Amino acid sequence: MGRLQQLFRSKNNNVLNIYFTAGYPHLESTLQVMKALEENGADIIELGMPYSDPLADGPVIQESGSVALQNGMTIKVLFEQLRDMRRAASDEGSGITLPVILMGYLNPVLQYGFEKFCADASAVGIDGLILPDLPIREFETEFGPVMKKYGLDFVFLVTPETSVERIRKIDALSTGFIYAVSSSSTTGKDKNFSEVELYLQKLQHLKLNNPVLVGFGIKDKGTFISACKYANGAIIGSAYIKALTENPDVKMTTESFLKTILK
Amino acid sequence: MINRTIALARYKGTFEQPDIFGYYGTFGGAFIPEMLYPNVEELKSNYLNIIYEEGFQREFRALLKDYVGRPSPLYHAKRLSEKHGATLFLKREDLNHTGAHKINNTIGQLLLAKRLGKHRIIAETGAGQHGVATATVCALMNMKCVVYMGEKDIERQAPNVARMKMLGAEVIPATSGSKTLKDATNEAIRDWINNPVDTHYIIGSVVGPHPYPDMVARFQSIISEEMRWQLKEHTGNEMPTHVVACVGGGSNAAGAFYHYLEDFSVQLVAVEAAGCGVTSGRSAATTQLGKPGILHGSKSLVMQTADGQVVEPHSISAGLDYPGIGPLHAHLFATGRALFLSATDKEAIDAAFELTRLEGIIPALESAHAIAGLNKMKLTAKDTVIVCLSGRGDKDMAAYMAAMGNE
Repeated sequence: MGRLQQLFRSKNNNVLNIYFTAGYPHLESTLQVMKALEENGADIIELGMPYSDPLADGPVIQESGSVALQNGMTIKVLFEQLRDMRRAASDEGSGITLPVILMGYLNPVLQYGFEKFCADASAVGIDGLILPDLPIREFETEFGPVMKKYGLDFVFLVTPETSVERIRKIDALSTGFIYAVSSSSTTGKDKNFSEVELYLQKLQHLKLNNPVLVGFGIKDKGTFISACKYANGAIIGSAYIKALTENPDVKMTTESFLKTILK
Repeated sequence: MINRTIALARYKGTFEQPDIFGYYGTFGGAFIPEMLYPNVEELKSNYLNIIYEEGFQREFRALLKDYVGRPSPLYHAKRLSEKHGATLFLKREDLNHTGAHKINNTIGQLLLAKRLGKHRIIAETGAGQHGVATATVCALMNMKCVVYMGEKDIERQAPNVARMKMLGAEVIPATSGSKTLKDATNEAIRDWINNPVDTHYIIGSVVGPHPYPDMVARFQSIISEEMRWQLKEHTGNEMPTHVVACVGGGSNAAGAFYHYLEDFSVQLVAVEAAGCGVTSGRSAATTQLGKPGILHGSKSLVMQTADGQVVEPHSISAGLDYPGIGPLHAHLFATGRALFLSATDKEAIDAAFELTRLEGIIPALESAHAIAGLNKMKLTAKDTVIVCLSGRGDKDMAAYMAAMGNE
């Protein structure tokens, strides 16, 4: 059983997934941030691989990606950084035990070589992938089998406009969890939360096989709690990146940020 | 030439249409986040039914005739013919309303958007030609219009920004990334993600997720539809030996090639922008420098780093300054159906002056690349060549004046 499955078996509500951009604010920040997230109560780490043209993301995440790219972050560098993340701290590793998923766009992954990417990700202890611009058809015909071969879960997105039939199909193809976009929206936009609640109720009534995490628009304790009422948990990205931008002290920022969400 | 014959013999599909998933050979598709799926799906399931409906065709054709001024002339350029020792014709898209071929597509897409019940139009623009063509048609049809334009391009293209504003469009600067066309495209796509119900996104070229490349090619195909009967009027034969067009994203080339794609006796010639030279590091010659990749929702050839980050291209012509190429063209390149040449900034400027002095026609810098391409073809007296003169040069007078200053 994978780490994501183990997590959801032991905890099926208030699951907190934190997104951050690898190599931000500094190239060497990646593991520091991961350790701080593990120490301060996050449940899943979603590691963003920076891309020059991140269509599904808003300005905050794009800007952090630009900085990370300037810092020299690439997939190759990232896998080098992550090489010892699963090894115990006593053994000169980072001792990360949380599920870690990689989020990014297809183009850099294709240039790296898709199979090599999956093999290397699996070797360093990555649990799953989110590639928002990978279509269902290409997943089924070409990419899904490779992920399966290397034991990687794949997380699809659904939106309020996704039909029930399509949600069912996505549920059948997903392993890990389903990423419910809280509105048809790029990351970092404020949402009218009551509309979101209706949509999440609808999702809840579908009784999907996969756990559902709500992303986009979750920025504080209030929005986190509301999202968790109808889903297994939520994903915070832009708000955390903003906090890191305001105070690049990773330890201090992460501790106080997670405290405000979880206290 | 042998390779081309083999590739063509092996090729079983048609060049005109992608398959039902939007693939031209291995290029195309719809690589879009789920947030865009409903918008793109709505378009995909409706576009063919709508655009081949009789009422649509009647309205589209009437506007092309009475508003745009079509058919655009096919002009026998005698002095240019003499210079090249072949029979040369210019397809005068520069004489269209708003000064380029872009309006063929914006009229088509706006009529489509109205039938889909949309109230708001968004577009991206580089030099501003597609933005002006979009704003023009939105004024004509009383639609709200928002144009995304790179912050850098807004500075460089003040007259077109003023035109769009005068036409009632809101021009929003794209301040992310490199602040040029590719970023304006990203911003327009984000706008569409955030406004999925009431908004239609008019992409200006044969790029983007399926069905855009096919849809835009169909709207631009009026160019070669006219070329066939016009050439027959001139010469008694509707088949030229060559059709030449410049390619950035590739919409005028798609239109000029379209009705000749399956006529293998016609050599299709695409001319890309080499910028300061293909190997100079400042170029936009995508087929020479690009690798297969994904940009703006489709798989095509993309100029990118070894790590798969999209790079900023360079061309003196803003309309060709794009790091990708439409999937149809990537397919024409891969199969050898079209010959791909390139022209540098300087060759394009020289060609613009040559055309101006020989024929009294000041071309757009984009179209000047197609004219420059003629110098790289071995033409003979037996050849009949049509060059798509995609736009007029008014917008490029600053570059031409600078060139005169240097002479």
